[in-house]
Amino acid sequence: MLFRKYQTEGFFDEMFTADGKVRPHYQSLKTRFDELNVKEFDQKREAVDLSFMRMGITFTVYGDSEGTERIFPFDLNPRIIPNKEWEYLQRGLEQRITALNMFLHDIYHEQRILKEGVIPASYVLSAKHFRPEFMHCKVPRDIYIHICGTDLIRDEKGEYLILEDNGRCPSGVSYVLENRQAMKRAFPSLFERAGVRPVDNYATDLLNTLRYVAPHGKDNPTIAVLTPGIYNSAYFEHSFLAKEMGVHIVEGGDLLVRDSKVYMRTTRGLQQVDVIYRRIDDDFLDPCVFREDSALGVPGLVNAYRAGNVSLANSIGTGVADDKVMYYFVPRMIKFYLDQEPIIPSVPTYLASEKEDYKYIMENTAKLVVKSANEAGGYGMLIGPKATSAEIKEFQKMIKAEPRNFVAQPTISLSRHPTYTDLSQMEGRHIDFRPYILYGDKIRIMPGGLTRVALKKGSLVVNSSQGGGSKDTWVLYGDE
Amino acid sequence: MLSRVANSLFWMSRYLERAENISRIVDVNLQSLLDYKTLDDKRLKEQWDPLVNTLGDDELFAKLYKKADSRSVTEFLTFNDKNPNSILSSIVSARHNARSVRDQISLEMWEEINRLYLFIRSKETKKLWQENPYDFYREVKQTSYKLQGLTSATTVHDEGLEFIMMGRFLERADMTSRILDVKYKTLQGEVAGEEALEANQTIIQCAAVLRSSSAYEAYQHLYASEVVPKRVAELLLLADTFPRSLRFCVRTFDHFLRKMTGSSPGYFTNEAEKLSGRLAAELSYTTIDEVFEIGLHAYLDNIQLKLSEIGGALFESYIFYQQTDLEQEIQIQKQVQQQQQQQ
Repeated sequence: MLFRKYQTEGFFDEMFTADGKVRPHYQSLKTRFDELNVKEFDQKREAVDLSFMRMGITFTVYGDSEGTERIFPFDLNPRIIPNKEWEYLQRGLEQRITALNMFLHDIYHEQRILKEGVIPASYVLSAKHFRPEFMHCKVPRDIYIHICGTDLIRDEKGEYLILEDNGRCPSGVSYVLENRQAMKRAFPSLFERAGVRPVDNYATDLLNTLRYVAPHGKDNPTIAVLTPGIYNSAYFEHSFLAKEMGVHIVEGGDLLVRDSKVYMRTTRGLQQVDVIYRRIDDDFLDPCVFREDSALGVPGLVNAYRAGNVSLANSIGTGVADDKVMYYFVPRMIKFYLDQEPIIPSVPTYLASEKEDYKYIMENTAKLVVKSANEAGGYGMLIGPKATSAEIKEFQKMIKAEPRNFVAQPTISLSRHPTYTDLSQMEGRHIDFRPYILYGDKIRIMPGGLTRVALKKGSLVVNSSQGGGSKDTWVLYGDE
Repeated sequence: MLSRVANSLFWMSRYLERAENISRIVDVNLQSLLDYKTLDDKRLKEQWDPLVNTLGDDELFAKLYKKADSRSVTEFLTFNDKNPNSILSSIVSARHNARSVRDQISLEMWEEINRLYLFIRSKETKKLWQENPYDFYREVKQTSYKLQGLTSATTVHDEGLEFIMMGRFLERADMTSRILDVKYKTLQGEVAGEEALEANQTIIQCAAVLRSSSAYEAYQHLYASEVVPKRVAELLLLADTFPRSLRFCVRTFDHFLRKMTGSSPGYFTNEAEKLSGRLAAELSYTTIDEVFEIGLHAYLDNIQLKLSEIGGALFESYIFYQQTDLEQEIQIQKQVQQQQQQQ
């Protein structure tokens, strides 16, 4: 019923081949879904939505005076990744985070990669999130990015491509865990036979990662999650992770720095904090050092961090690796530090500050995706083929004014996945994928991740702020 | 436990208790109107005015409504978001506090508080309230009872629970004193004139006071007699075993307060313990005759003042951490850094 009229329409479809055959790793799911009629499916969908609302698994809509909370739309048709594909992704992601951490250590110390001319120094030194104040600052265990969310897409041939790295405060992992719970409640019998790897270990792995970087190798460190507060759109996730790990969730006002040590204010006086999983960007972390108008941070925190009395995850200054210009150079980093070829390819990228690329971008803007180097959440982006000529002109003006701040990529035809629509049937919608990588005593990658889906027909934007939803992501033990 | 967390648990609990009590009071008042022979504007005003007076804010009410009648007062006390003590405001505040300590309360509690919040915010609920207020108020009360059960059945019994219990019993003591205050004249037998002519008025009003504290059955159980105003006052003020009497509430509050430091009754280690112990003793060594000698209204006034002082002292002792001035803090930390650089 649900798949009766389904068409792949020339896109790479995760579930069906071009001639309409179901891919083997989706076979048992499809058999189960075929047993359901539209009414039953709708009932399950409503029950899931209601449970998200009841449990307050919501995000706050910015700019809404009533503080309206919405659920992140959830699609019941899961994305399935067979074991072989997953092993390949794992290898590629491990390679990538290793190189990124070596790169960050290098540019904040010897800067070999710049001295040897592999990356032009000016690109790094001009990066918005490069923090020269942290040159030669020793970070625990030399780890900069402890928690990374790397966005992946698949092109029209089904090849995985790295889209971007999020090495600051990647969010969304709580949805992965809650989506799985919701699916289990809605389709308990599906999981018995499907051979899906569990994702429940994430909080334990995160806790171990945070423990590993405790100052002076302290045995039983006090750990806290630092949140901007309950009005932040990701507050649910912050409190979720704190609860799952059994650690404190603190706001800036709960912390106090004395003698270069960080303390929490408790009912029994001050208690020292050793490791902070901070979900506040660098800029807001410490009003003494960064933005003075930040009321979210903790005065003196950076000093305590420099003194080695508190560890931060992620470290300060990792944003330089998120810079979309730096993305262009990651394959070179992999070659330089690891002497390897990148396992997962990147999307071809043009740098507006390079003369020839600039010319190409300006002449072909209508065909390209143009991205601002330091924006996230689907903002500061132009999708050429979908833009009006006025929008294109506007972007060209911005590129001309600040070429360092822009990159362009060919428009990739993202893979599609059958997704339930208001017309009570499955239709293809574009998706991406964000796995979560933890870097502590070893690299741990949760077998799963956040599959985001652009719910609007034809849309390529998957961000929750712009009409995106999510799906459960199943990594299988086997290949079918 | 973080001071902010303790504060949020305390207020979450207070606001829930407040929503429950106001629901009961409004519900009882609405029902007792059904017992009047005649119901004119004057009678309605007499019935509702004291409620606004003791549970809300006269000035605010006068600003928002033309006259005090069933419709305006119940709206003011139930759904008005400008009234910080309305049921709606209390539930929104309770949920706000719960949300900021979600990691500290059980999932079951959180879901129930959130459900109550979604209930009171939905349009259908307002309709339900208009058509069937009894069902509406019952839902709020039932949820509060359920939450009390969930609190003791699903959370860790440690410091967090102590703050929840202190919030509940301090608020309950305050509410019981207000319920008594609304009808202090009737309870002291001071009602004269027209109203007294209706022979059974006193009994109706006293029964309403009892029901407002869900003490009607307790009264029958303890006194096994017809409703006598003085005994009603005695029950709600001084009963040892009724969980809403002032004596019971203050003693229970004192018990949980002492658990924090382990100090024995009769001794104190901080201001909150001193004030709480003193009030508990006062309520333990008082008779209803003595209260009536002072005058019920004056006595209750004094109790309310003391309850508020205890709340303040609790805040000072455990919750109030020196809130640093951000600008000053920035200056201090900058100086520290400069000194380090000079060394």
